[in-house]
Order: sequence, then C-alpha cells, then structure tokens
Amino acid sequence: MFLTPVVPHWPFYNLDTMFVRGLKRKCFDGEEDIEGTLAGIKAIPSYNLQRQSLLDMSLVKLQLCHMLVEPNLCRSVLIANTVRQIQEEMTQDGTWQMINTQSTGQASLDRLVSTDILCRSSREQAEGKHVPGYTTFNKDFEGDQAQDSSETMSTAPSVQVPRNLQSNVWEMENPQENKGNFQKSLDQIFETLENKSPNSVEDLFSEVDNSYYDLDTMLTGMMSNSKMGHCDGLETFSSPTATASNSNCKSDLNELDHIVEILVES
Amino acid sequence: MQDVLWCFSQVKGTIDIGVTEADIISTVEFNHTGELLATGDKGGRVVIFQREQESKNQPHRRGEYNVYSTFQSHEPEFDYLKSLEIEEKINKIRWLPQQNAAYFLLSTNDKTVKLWKVSERDKRPEGYNLKDEDGRLRDPSMITMLRVPVLRPMDLMVEATPRRVFANAHTYHINSISVNSDYETYMSADDLRINLWNFEITNQSFNIVDIKPANMEELTEVITAAEFHPHHCNTFVYSSSKGTIRLCDMRTSALCDRHAKFFEEPEDPSNRSFFSEIISSISDVKFSHSGRYIMTRDYLTVKVWDLNMENRPIETYQVHDYLRSKLCSLYENDCIFDKFECVWNGSDSVIMTGSYNNFFRMFDRNTKRDVTLEASRENSKPRAILKPRKVCVGGKRRKDEISVDSLDFSKKILHTAWHPSENIIAVAATNNLYIFQDKVN
Repeated sequence: MFLTPVVPHWPFYNLDTMFVRGLKRKCFDGEEDIEGTLAGIKAIPSYNLQRQSLLDMSLVKLQLCHMLVEPNLCRSVLIANTVRQIQEEMTQDGTWQMINTQSTGQASLDRLVSTDILCRSSREQAEGKHVPGYTTFNKDFEGDQAQDSSETMSTAPSVQVPRNLQSNVWEMENPQENKGNFQKSLDQIFETLENKSPNSVEDLFSEVDNSYYDLDTMLTGMMSNSKMGHCDGLETFSSPTATASNSNCKSDLNELDHIVEILVES
Repeated sequence: MQDVLWCFSQVKGTIDIGVTEADIISTVEFNHTGELLATGDKGGRVVIFQREQESKNQPHRRGEYNVYSTFQSHEPEFDYLKSLEIEEKINKIRWLPQQNAAYFLLSTNDKTVKLWKVSERDKRPEGYNLKDEDGRLRDPSMITMLRVPVLRPMDLMVEATPRRVFANAHTYHINSISVNSDYETYMSADDLRINLWNFEITNQSFNIVDIKPANMEELTEVITAAEFHPHHCNTFVYSSSKGTIRLCDMRTSALCDRHAKFFEEPEDPSNRSFFSEIISSISDVKFSHSGRYIMTRDYLTVKVWDLNMENRPIETYQVHDYLRSKLCSLYENDCIFDKFECVWNGSDSVIMTGSYNNFFRMFDRNTKRDVTLEASRENSKPRAILKPRKVCVGGKRRKDEISVDSLDFSKKILHTAWHPSENIIAVAATNNLYIFQDKVN
C-alpha cells in the first residue's frame, strides 16, 4: 500500500570514476584534445567534497524518513547523528564558518535548521505528538532566527544574517517555480506531517527533482532546465575549498560561482 | 569447522523468481527441544514445522521437518491517532518451555505481543444428547433416552489459539521479546523502553528501562535488542545503537535506568570514519547457553564478551571486513542499516551469523577456524555437502571465488537458528527456509 522509498541513485560508489566522469562530460562539449589528458588523471575528490556529498545524502535520507509509513527510529537517529557529526566537524575546521560569512550564508543556516527540524519531526512523529505549527515555520523562523540558530548550531559561531536577505530567501521560492526545490520538498514534508495522509507521499515523490541528486550534474555546474534548488547553490560552497586542492575543476567552479551570483542577486 | 560437514537437508518456500513481500521470512526459532521450528513472515503468518520421528526404515532421512501448523498471528492495523499503518510483520518469535501437551509461543509485531497455544486434537466427542452429529440442536421433546458421549479418534488436527494479547504498551517499535527463566514473566523492548509482563496479566506491564530523553531533540541513542539471562531471572542485557551493552539487575530498583555493568569497546582511532557509529550499532545480542558470555553482532563483526569483563570483548570475529571500503555505497542503498542476527550452537562452541549473497558464516571458538557457506537452490541436492565459499578481496580471483563487486546485496541472511542440541541449522534466505544438517556417516 505504501511506497517503498526510492533512494535516489547517488553516484558515490566509486569516487574516482565519478569525478573523472564529471570532468569528461564538461570537456566533451568542447575541447577534445584536452579530454585525453584529463582522462588520464584519476582525481580523488577532496575530503571536503566527499564530506559535503555525504551530508547532502544524509539530509535526503532524513527527508525520506518522513515519507515512510512509520519511520524506523534507529535509522533516523543514526543518520541524524551522522549529520550532526559532519556539521560539527565542518564548524571546527572553519568550513562552515566560511560558508556563513558569505552573503547567501542564510541558505546554509536554513539547512542546518532544516536538519534539526527534520530530525525533530521524525522523532515527534514516532512519538505521536502533533507537530506544532510547521505551516507557520516561515514566519516563526524570521522571528526567532537568532535563537533558532544558536539552538541548532551549538558549536557554530552565531551568525547575524540581515533579516531582509533572509526574507528574500524565503520569498524566493514562491515566484520562481523551479528554484528552491529543496525548500519545496521541505514544505511538502511539513504538509505531510500535518495531514499525515498516505496520498501525499506520492505527491512528494512526484515533485522531488531527481536531477538535483546527480553529483555529476553538480560538478559540471549544469542542471537541466536550470532547476537549481537551494542545495545546488549550496553545493557550490564546498567548491571553494575544493578549488585549492584540485585545480582541475576550476573552470567548473567559476561557472558554479556565476550561477550562485545569479541566485543571490535575484 | 572442518570437523563438521554441513549438508543440505530441506528447503521450504517457493522457487518463483518473483518474491511476494508477504512471504519474506522475518524470524526463525527452534523450540527448547528442537522438535519444533517456527518461522514468522512479513505477512504476519507463523508457520511451525515439526521434526518427524526418525524411522529405522529410512535412516538417511534424519528427522525431516514438516509443516505442523500455520496460522495468521498478526493482521495489519491502522493507528488512527497517528494516521500510520502498523505492519503485521512478525519481528520475533520466542517459545515457552513445554509444561504440558500443548506448545506455547510468543509472537510480536511492532506494537503487540501475543501468546499462542498450539495444541493437537485427535479425538472427537460423539453422541451428544442435545445436538445431533451435524451440530444442529435437537428438539428436546423428541429426546427419549440419555446417553454418555464418548471420545472417538479422528484425524490429527493442530489448532492454534491466541491465549493472551499484550497490547498498547509500546509507543515505539518492538525489536525484542525474551522469556524469563522463571517462566512467569517476559520482557518486550522497543526503541526507547523495555516492559516486563506477567503472562497472566495483559492489562498491565512494568516499565523497567526508559531511555527516552525529556527533550526528544536530545535523542542520540536507541535500544536495539534485549534478552534475559538464561538462568538468573533478575538479570537481563540490552544493546544500543552506539555499540554498548548494559547489564541490569532488577533487584536493585524498579526502574533499571542505572546499569549494573556497562560493556563497551574503546574505538579504534585508525578506523574512524563518518560511518563508525553506524557500523558499531548492535543489531543482536544473545546470551550463551551457559550464561557466562554474551555475543553481539554489529555491521561488520561478531563479538563475544565475558560478563566479568566490561572494557572489551574477549573475541572478535570479522564477518565481512571486505565491506569496510564500501561503506559509503552501503550507506547510500541503506544496506548499512541491515540488522543481522547471531546464534550460538548448543554447546556454545560455535557461533553463526548471516551475510550478503545468501552467505552465512560460522566461527569455531575453540579451533578459531571459520567457514562461509551459501544457501542457494543450486546447492540443494539432497544430502549434498555444502562447499565453503570465499570472497575475493582484490587481486587475482581464483576459480571458485566471488569478487566483492559481484555480491548480491539484495540476498541477505538476517535470520538463522541453531537446534538446541544437534547440528541442525535453519537459515532464512528471503522467502525460503533452508535446513542444513551435519553429515550422517
């Protein structure tokens, strides 16, 4: 009766292959002569990139938890612990701080908060508690932004994000249909929690854009139909650190930066 | 394990390539004499096999197991308050020791434990006064004489009746049940709580462990398995998702939140990764028959602990260490969350657990030898000796070896059982139940 959750295929299995594949695709369009050289390079993705991918994968899994009939609490707790661990490490080595100091840092705050909300909701759902006021999440978040951020990121430096930017971020999702897919999914999840109706599970699946999960696409910086979700922009944040360690993807990253700029300005 | 040659004995279940979800076996358990073997499946059914008497006419058929009783233990339910479906899947079956002609077992799904009585009927009363043989009531005015009903033999009928239903005591999913050695009580454990029941009382249970934090946002650890000590009715253990085992004594306090012993192995810093915690989560804990040791199963290893030593296990066995470099993909496809069980043999000298590709592993604690065997239809000729399998980790693959990348992760052996006194094992491979015995000379 209920869907078995389809875990999006994550081409993470062989990191070597993934990375080379991404590079090849980029070069395929243009410069055939370079391809040969690049193909010979088996670049291992930087630790930060791997870590970021793991974080993204974990967040997706936590989302899927809500789509299950009754989430397996052990699995949710283990995934949430993994997410927390990654975030703590990213905070400690300054990666997180660097992300936060950028202008669209608010988006990453969303993600941290979302993680907590997602974890909380899954437990509360298991508990049988009515999940309070998630439909007013946007409003509350704007009101308690500082408090929330300090709650969720106990180890992260508190970041004061300009409120107008924050509200821009939330409003961004609505007018543009294809942007903020991640946020859209989040809203649907909260709706599901409210309604707790099995039918919305199918809705959730039908509207989650699977191309978001394609790491290849992320690396090449090209998304079909320019469906750049929240997290796609965020994924580029790992690239600054990756740039230092891997100059091969510099051209990709410039393009990603460009796309991020567009996001921020709109 | 070279001393014992394992042979195929029987396989139960369909050969169809497509597996019906409801037929997937979710638990396997021998009773205390080994005469009965029970399986539970995702469809909420229990099938009990009985070992036939060994006959001198057919000595090679050493007591085959045949279907004895089949019944629907649990039905799917709907929790209207939470708008969630409650699966009928049987998570665990535990037998009670036999005290009379009937057999009793506990079966549980995520929320409700049931006590089933399985009894035989081979006689039927005949000659009632008030009703005729069809059961229709007779007109009392037509009765002219009285007679005493007599019992006449009939074809053997095995009937299962639910004698007790223990419901509404668990908010979270029940993962374990364990019968106490006093035979009067048993415990049921879910993700955050453990309850103690008396078999006679269904409307009350005692909560003996509660690890639910006041603020659920602080939740970082859950209970994964629990079991009573085989001889000491006051002692039990429970394992956690952080790889720890707590031994509790019910005499110390009503709520056993403070453990008497705490078993945890210090982490190996060289093996640390983001997956360290997940693979340390204990999926099963079992006391040895002697009660001196406990065995735990985590994702990659089986460990034996001495109850008197809390700081590390006395033995660690690698089940499939070649998966250590694949943890990320196993995390991606959720296999890393598979819960494998583990079992002792009757003399506590050998331990067994399952793996992927329908492989299962046995470790001899005395000789330190181990073997990998496979449950497959190809090796299913009667009394065919099982050939040890080997996974090739890298480099050149020998002829009979299988490479790690060729393993089928959808074929997982999570549930196995070992006869209490003989070398007979039951291995659940998805929807098939394999029975293997040691070679008869």
